[in-house]
Amino acid sequence: MPINAAYEDIPGTVVFDMDRARQGYHLNMFCMTLMKPENRVAFKANEAEYLKQFPMTEAQAKAILSRDWNAMINLGGNIYFTGKLAATDGLSFQQVAAKMSANSQEEYLQMMLAGGRSVEGNRSKSEWKNRG
Amino acid sequence: MAKIVAGVGTSHVPAIGAALDNGRTGEPYWKPVFAGYEKSKEWIAKLKPDVCIAVYNDHASAFSLEMFPTFGVGAGEEYPIADEGWGPRPVPPVKGHPDLAWHIIQSVVQDDFDLCICNKMAVDHGLSVPLSVMFGQPSEWPCPIIPVIVNVVVYPVPTGKRCYMLGKAIRKAVESFDKDLKVVIFGTGGMSHQLAGQRAGLINKEFDNRFLDNLVHDPAANLDITHLEYLREAGAEAIELVMWQVMRGALDDEVNEIHRFYHVPASNTAVGHIILENKKS
Repeated sequence: MPINAAYEDIPGTVVFDMDRARQGYHLNMFCMTLMKPENRVAFKANEAEYLKQFPMTEAQAKAILSRDWNAMINLGGNIYFTGKLAATDGLSFQQVAAKMSANSQEEYLQMMLAGGRSVEGNRSKSEWKNRG
Repeated sequence: MAKIVAGVGTSHVPAIGAALDNGRTGEPYWKPVFAGYEKSKEWIAKLKPDVCIAVYNDHASAFSLEMFPTFGVGAGEEYPIADEGWGPRPVPPVKGHPDLAWHIIQSVVQDDFDLCICNKMAVDHGLSVPLSVMFGQPSEWPCPIIPVIVNVVVYPVPTGKRCYMLGKAIRKAVESFDKDLKVVIFGTGGMSHQLAGQRAGLINKEFDNRFLDNLVHDPAANLDITHLEYLREAGAEAIELVMWQVMRGALDDEVNEIHRFYHVPASNTAVGHIILENKKS
């Protein structure tokens, strides 16, 4: 465990700390390869086969193949790395954020236009206890 | 003697770069964002800095989990624009200033900061978006740029106070350079935002505006903000604001506020921007 993990109390937030950086090494390094156009093409041509180059866990590979963005983050992915996968899919950071946190793109867009998600009620996991 | 005359704080939201590159600046969503930088473009065009030092974070572009330096200074002649997954932004490569950069490295390392020396480094939106909002879309950037990178991605990341002290060391280095150069320092990133998880989209205007106020009138007050407070109060990626502390540390204690702009939203982020000039310059 990191020396100071008080941030674990922040709800809906995964801090890319030493445990996650170790857990997500291969998932994130796969994402780095998508900075080359020829790799993006090769990945898109056969995603499952492409992923076999990286010794990640089955759960990590499944999260990538199903584009479960929250699962990727929970399994050690970092948004700036998975952002390369998003870009490969033609998705913006906003579209991915909406997939992770809202019911729809429109709902997320409207929330942002209205000033964003308030910090009130979103500081501590204790405030999220009653959420469904 | 070289001298830092002013500091610029600005968000570096990639979508702002995309809006510029795709000719969308006149759209109702983007118009107010770019309007906030009109005065800034005029200000810097008139000031004509000889060099800009740009403090930003690499977003896993030049660096990855293979290596991730806490602090680094670009000492190269030229930096290509990174392909972050959608092809490189159509902006000019960034030209460096190796003489001043190596001098800064020499001086700052002797001041107890252990820097990574970066000669070959692709630069991403963290650097190119601040250049675009300040300089527009020229065929080449108007002056050499010295990139200064700070790790705010892979924890543990440096504290705001450490970043502020780095700014002071950079200032001392610049002032001991033997050529007359007018230098502007950029601190980039933030303001409140969170890109991932079920809390994505978090914005805290009160936090951001207090940070901006303190930056002008009481910079020491911002140094006490802990990592936990940045994350909890202003979203996971608000940690980027520690890079504004480098910029502030490089200025005089007393500064004049030349311009300020704050707007929500740009993509997932609160856009904050400030220009501070040293009073004695």
